[in-house]
Amino acid sequence: MAIDEKQNKILLQGNEAIVAGALAAGCNFFAGYPITPASEISELLSVKLPEFGGTFIQMEDEIASIGAILGASLAGAKAMTATSGPGFSLMQENLGYGCIAEVPCVIVNVMRGGPSTGLPTSVSQGDVQMARWGTHGDHPIIVMAVSSVADCFSITVKAFNLSEKYRIPVIILSDEVVAHTRESVVLPEEDSIRVFDRVKPDVPPEWYKPYADNNRGVPDMANFGDGYRHHVTGLVHDENGYPTQNGKEVDAFLRRIHGKISKGFNEIQVTKTYLMEDADVCVIAYGSVARSALRAVRDARANGVKAGLVQLITLFPFPRKTVDAYLRQCRAAVVPEMNMGQIVREVSRVNQTDCRIVKHNRIDGHLITPDEILKHLTTV
Amino acid sequence: MKSDERYEIRFSGSGGQGIITAAVVMADGVGRFDNNHVCQTQSYGPEARGGKSKAEVVIAGAPIDYPKALSVDLLLAMNQAACDAYFFDLKADGLLVVDSGLVQQLPTSRSVSIPFTKIAKEETGKELVANMVALGAVAYLSGKVSLDGLEKALLSRVPKGTEEMNSKALHAGIREAKKIDLSSLPRSVMDDWDDEL
Repeated sequence: MAIDEKQNKILLQGNEAIVAGALAAGCNFFAGYPITPASEISELLSVKLPEFGGTFIQMEDEIASIGAILGASLAGAKAMTATSGPGFSLMQENLGYGCIAEVPCVIVNVMRGGPSTGLPTSVSQGDVQMARWGTHGDHPIIVMAVSSVADCFSITVKAFNLSEKYRIPVIILSDEVVAHTRESVVLPEEDSIRVFDRVKPDVPPEWYKPYADNNRGVPDMANFGDGYRHHVTGLVHDENGYPTQNGKEVDAFLRRIHGKISKGFNEIQVTKTYLMEDADVCVIAYGSVARSALRAVRDARANGVKAGLVQLITLFPFPRKTVDAYLRQCRAAVVPEMNMGQIVREVSRVNQTDCRIVKHNRIDGHLITPDEILKHLTTV
Repeated sequence: MKSDERYEIRFSGSGGQGIITAAVVMADGVGRFDNNHVCQTQSYGPEARGGKSKAEVVIAGAPIDYPKALSVDLLLAMNQAACDAYFFDLKADGLLVVDSGLVQQLPTSRSVSIPFTKIAKEETGKELVANMVALGAVAYLSGKVSLDGLEKALLSRVPKGTEEMNSKALHAGIREAKKIDLSSLPRSVMDDWDDEL
């Protein structure tokens, strides 16, 4: 990250901006295993973290990597890992552990072509539904998509904040184009960045119940090793953290971990809109495709089409309210994706009007171009 | 630059020629030292060497939406395969710049041929820095980056100990490009074809 002293303008890659965002949010622990196109994140953090006493570990694989960040987070660290599709597959089991044990952490998945080792250096959006449902069981999760270098910084900060506030793993979905695009950006001043830390117990250790409900639905979290009794398990547990099969306790626990996220919908579900005020046709897009979409919308306007863009930052929990409102406003919505149609399922599910949903899918390892989207906007 | 204006440069060649590095230095020069917005993207194969390598730099007066090239203003081709593969979306008034030692068949006479690899060898003893010779020429011919800023960017991006060699190569490229008279070229890449039709 070359920084010029006179101006604050710097040239950053998406992956580098994720590192900058993580550090600004207080990340002090990273465990990972290198993989294209996410390796630059590990590479840079291996230099940056030790500079201030943070910890960087290259683990033997991705299973161990997520294990390490869950452990570090339980001990009080702000922890992150970064990978791509094949590694994200390996992380799924422990991801569920993070959800049920309510361990704050951030997992970056820089999407590349799949399935399997697929297309290591090509772009894709094939892991969207996997990010939502990859780990087994009915679980809450937060998934956010980045589309630019500036996004990579601010959304990473937001991801850490949400993960700390709601005690939940947050997945950042990047893609090969966003990860490797370099842009000139001015990063916000350090003191203008809002950082949220997990709430610690304010009771003496002997009174502490590690999974006791409260009005936020998010139990106070003591650092493992600070003297607060803290039993951690992947089994469904009672408020002391011990396994239970008591139907009432099981029901209350699972409803609480889902409910804590629904309570926060307003701040969790982030969307951005462009030129939507008078739009009668819209593009619903996320990740690098949102940039092609914005170009297409501008070109469509130049052709007299009242087009707008609804960019999804938060993919899950799916921003139903916002999308519903715009579907009611528009006669048609184009949903371009670099997969066979993973978010379009959500859009169609939300659609309760006669708004026509048009999907556009590209799976050849190349970014969707503005022209491909424009063609739909001018013909729907 | 005007807010709706875009200037697009595509660097192309094969993996190992330093194509992406040249584009990154160009983008850094614009991004840090000029007032314009810049966006640099790349595509490459899984090989460490060989295979196609392509990098693009988009320069604009306003924040850039689509990050890749839409229609190219300047195409640098460091071998014949790249020239053949990427010539198709060069603008009619765009400019083709090639390494004359590696590209023999030119699709247009609106082109500039400079022996970048040979110059690199002569100037520094190493063909390795042909990318920086080419960058010097591309930067000068585009007129879209301050050459001072470009050199600063280069010095901060190349490995320690190679600064002098790289900067010598950059200057050699600028020097060669200054000898070119762009006004002597046909105005459009289509001109030679029109005559035949």
